[in-house]
Amino acid sequence: MKERIIGRVKRVNGPILIVKDIKDAMMMELVRIGEQQLVGEVVKLYDGLATVQVYEDATGICPGDNVYGSGMSLSVELAPGLIGTIYDGIQRPLEQLMAASGAFISRGLTFDAVNHQKRWSFTPLIETGATVTAGQILGTVQETSRIEHRILVPVHIKSAVVSEIVEAGEYTIEDILATVVLSNGHQEQICMLQRWPIRLPRPVDKRLALKQPLITGLRVIDTLFPLAKGGTVAIPGGFGTGKTMTQHSIAQWCDADIIVYIGCGERGNEMTDVLKEFPLLIDPRTGHSLMERTILIANTSNMPVSAREASIYTGITMAEYYRDQGYHVAIMADSTSRWAEALRELSGRMEEMPAEEGFPAYLPTRIAQFYERAGFMKTLSGNSGSVSIIGAVSPPGGDFSEPVTQHTKRFVRCFWGLDRQLASSRHYPAISWLESYSEYLGDVKQWWNDHSDGTWYQSRQKIMDLLQKEVRLQQIVKLVGPDALPDTQNFILEVCSLFKTAFLQQNAFDEVDRFCSVEKQVKMLSVILAYYEKGLEAITKGVPMVKIRRLKAVQEMARMRLTVKGDELETIDRLQLRLERSIDQIGGIYEN
Amino acid sequence: MRTKAETLLAQTDRRLLSGREYRGVSRIDGPLVYMRNTHAVGFGELVEILAPDGSHRSGQVLDTSDDVVVVQVFEGTDGLTLPATGMRFMGEPLTLGVSEQMLGRVMNGLGKSRDGSGTVQGFTQREVNGEPINPTAREYPRDFIQTGISVIDGMTTLIQGQKLPIFSGNGLDHNQLAAQIARQAKVRGSSGDFCIVFAAMGVKYDVARFFIDSFEETGVLDNVALFLSLADDPSIERTITPKTALTLAEYLAFDKGKQVLVIMTDMTNYCESLREIGTMRGEIPSRKGYPGYLYSNLAEIYERSGKISGRSGSITQLPILSMPNDDISHPVPDLTGYITEGQIVFERGMQARGIYPPINCLPSLSRLMKDGIGEGMTRADHPHLANQLFASYSHVKDVQNLASVIGEEELTTLDQQYLEFGSFFEKKFVNQGFDEDRSIEQTLDLGWEALSKLPSEELQRLTDEEIAQYYGK
Repeated sequence: MKERIIGRVKRVNGPILIVKDIKDAMMMELVRIGEQQLVGEVVKLYDGLATVQVYEDATGICPGDNVYGSGMSLSVELAPGLIGTIYDGIQRPLEQLMAASGAFISRGLTFDAVNHQKRWSFTPLIETGATVTAGQILGTVQETSRIEHRILVPVHIKSAVVSEIVEAGEYTIEDILATVVLSNGHQEQICMLQRWPIRLPRPVDKRLALKQPLITGLRVIDTLFPLAKGGTVAIPGGFGTGKTMTQHSIAQWCDADIIVYIGCGERGNEMTDVLKEFPLLIDPRTGHSLMERTILIANTSNMPVSAREASIYTGITMAEYYRDQGYHVAIMADSTSRWAEALRELSGRMEEMPAEEGFPAYLPTRIAQFYERAGFMKTLSGNSGSVSIIGAVSPPGGDFSEPVTQHTKRFVRCFWGLDRQLASSRHYPAISWLESYSEYLGDVKQWWNDHSDGTWYQSRQKIMDLLQKEVRLQQIVKLVGPDALPDTQNFILEVCSLFKTAFLQQNAFDEVDRFCSVEKQVKMLSVILAYYEKGLEAITKGVPMVKIRRLKAVQEMARMRLTVKGDELETIDRLQLRLERSIDQIGGIYEN
Repeated sequence: MRTKAETLLAQTDRRLLSGREYRGVSRIDGPLVYMRNTHAVGFGELVEILAPDGSHRSGQVLDTSDDVVVVQVFEGTDGLTLPATGMRFMGEPLTLGVSEQMLGRVMNGLGKSRDGSGTVQGFTQREVNGEPINPTAREYPRDFIQTGISVIDGMTTLIQGQKLPIFSGNGLDHNQLAAQIARQAKVRGSSGDFCIVFAAMGVKYDVARFFIDSFEETGVLDNVALFLSLADDPSIERTITPKTALTLAEYLAFDKGKQVLVIMTDMTNYCESLREIGTMRGEIPSRKGYPGYLYSNLAEIYERSGKISGRSGSITQLPILSMPNDDISHPVPDLTGYITEGQIVFERGMQARGIYPPINCLPSLSRLMKDGIGEGMTRADHPHLANQLFASYSHVKDVQNLASVIGEEELTTLDQQYLEFGSFFEKKFVNQGFDEDRSIEQTLDLGWEALSKLPSEELQRLTDEEIAQYYGK
């Protein structure tokens, strides 16, 4: 590849190069610059010149340096071995970079994304003579103890007859597994390793309606603002409001099959935390390590800005690849604002005319293109799989009216707004119940009602209603103090306050509390609503609120999120019975 | 198209040509000098500028193309003329000679002597821009640094390898606090080789004096390397000062195994110099005129902290920045907050009430605290205690608002207890002397003393056992 020179450097301005003497360079072609072989990509072609974006620090590049073409677009390698690996923004495995250049990342290094020598145990599912179509499953490889990697017929082979297929056995990803004959008589060979350009969505048969929720184990999300599998959500919040913590929690406990975690322009130590912590965590559903379903992309804030721009696409392409195998994949992108800023930085260097706040005019288009790659799909092989996108947004100054938040809101259907006030009082997750919304309520209503004896939708409505009432009451309290309210209204404040501490708050570091099953959520909500209804009944009979508040069962309710383990949920049923009984008792006294 | 031989020839040419002197520049604009008709000069190359008066200055290539090279001059362009200014392109990136002898010295922003005791000896050459640390090579920081300051140790704990900025304003006591931390900071149970790298960007002479005196008084001056680029030095020098300082810090930490505390003040001045250059070059500005790459640029500084697995040293950063008009949403504090692992926020009102350090712990945060406190590190009750103090103090603010409307007399007994708690918390827990060095146990006990002003039912974030052990004791 070093032999094909496409041009020579004319000008260097940070990560943007102007290359002259261009003849046959392709748009979006992957190139290498100078004798250091730095990685770059052609982003513009005009008048015999090309604009090239460099994915590494540009120090030392001189005018006159050769630019070598690779003949292909910036692509990722897709094969068994992706899971459990940590990559930089252009799919270079960071552990190998470390082996080659030590603790600091040097420039001009190239590595295969997956190990080409390792042998995998392949089991064919197709016999010689069979007709295969694009995306069909050719055979399987057990990638990790929980992920069966399905080898697909490459997308460009529309229909072909298998003339030869290997027996079950150990093969490297470059070994030829099958030979097929196309309808025009040409022969094609298929191996495990495939490449796909990152900026091109992988094709599917069709999009399906979203019906299943993505269960995250966070109560405020699952119960109040659910996300559907295949859905998109934005989590905006100023610094310190807990975006990253929320993302970590979801990555750890959500019920997707595969997680792609993209640390895009974030802190090095945070990525290290993920790296060290995930292998130690055990998935409550399967009993396996969480790393056995996770792919990490770490392009920290001090790594080159062009690679940050690419990291989002690298991540989603790998996600789509697993979706095509029939898996449910969730992508965490932390944070899309850094990605948008990378676009802005590069656009500024290319001296393009800026739109809002210096962002390029194509920002909304790019955001839309990214989020539209999510969805619940019928794959080419006829299975179903999904990609859900959970994108963090870091609005400057915590101000949600800035362009990235606003444009993102246009293209996502779910919004979990983080609130600084809540974060300051250490109410985590600091998801505001007033500002957030989910358009998936109607889509997942059926599923949730099936899993809660038909109560979920109504219960949710009730508690949201109380929270709205509370806002108005709080305003009155601010003016005249709580004593001026009648007990019936004061009780709403009391119930909401309990709901916030006992239900909405969740401690990510507590063994019991960090994951809350659907069943537990349903029961917890039910007991809190019972408290409201029974309590209100008693108060109208004349029971002073203080009496109800002091009940032992109420104190227990405040701590049930921490005390009731996942396998002893009847405790909550018993608690509810006891609560109702003791309120009835007090009520009885006052009735007479 | 050139053949391989030609390419090789061009490279040899370039090697031979580097160091060659050119005379006569085409344009001088603020700190930038433009020169035409040079050999092919590499991006980011070090440049030696020969001023007409015979003095030498240093600079760096900001933009290079076939016909013109743009150089920024760190010492400023005063006195340069178009025909008589000479340049030498050194063919290598900007480097700094580093050595342990730099401890105890006062240098300018480029690492040259400023204290009049001869040239600074640097034996190992290091690139000033540094290289990013591979995330897989990092070690997650979890060693608690005891600063002896209650509100920091108790509420926003500093961890070895962390970057924790102080968001302050003009006229607030951030310098005193930084000096106090530098004096008192220690990792308990380890006698680690501790040293300080101090970088001053555009600060007043008095401030620099204050730090030098304070280091001298406590006898740590021999363990401090000072890089001073003062308010009346060329503003461009500030853009390189934190990088030279961190280059030395990396050497001391990762080559020599020292525990390095880097204090950088004032980051706002650094950003303003960047803005100056950006505007001068006609770049498209983003928020408040700051360049669009400010985030990446700050990240390249702040991310040069941490620990590397297998090496004993660490870099802890304590950048100080003044928020213009006390506005935390100003681009500099805002972008900083997104990169650093938390922040310590000063509040003018608290200083007016005579509280030192005037830290408002509610917007303050230490992201690494969670893994550095608790059993075996500080004390088992620390995480819950801090959590409870945050929650209760945050309620105090609500009560104060209510009290300002309906009057303190109208408050319920419980709310009055909260006010009492709030006042104790600010006056006894937060407030302390310049020389007061409290151990973590003293800090936590003070926290419990504050909570004992509240009825125990209010303490929902503490376990019953913790309450039984410490409450009201």
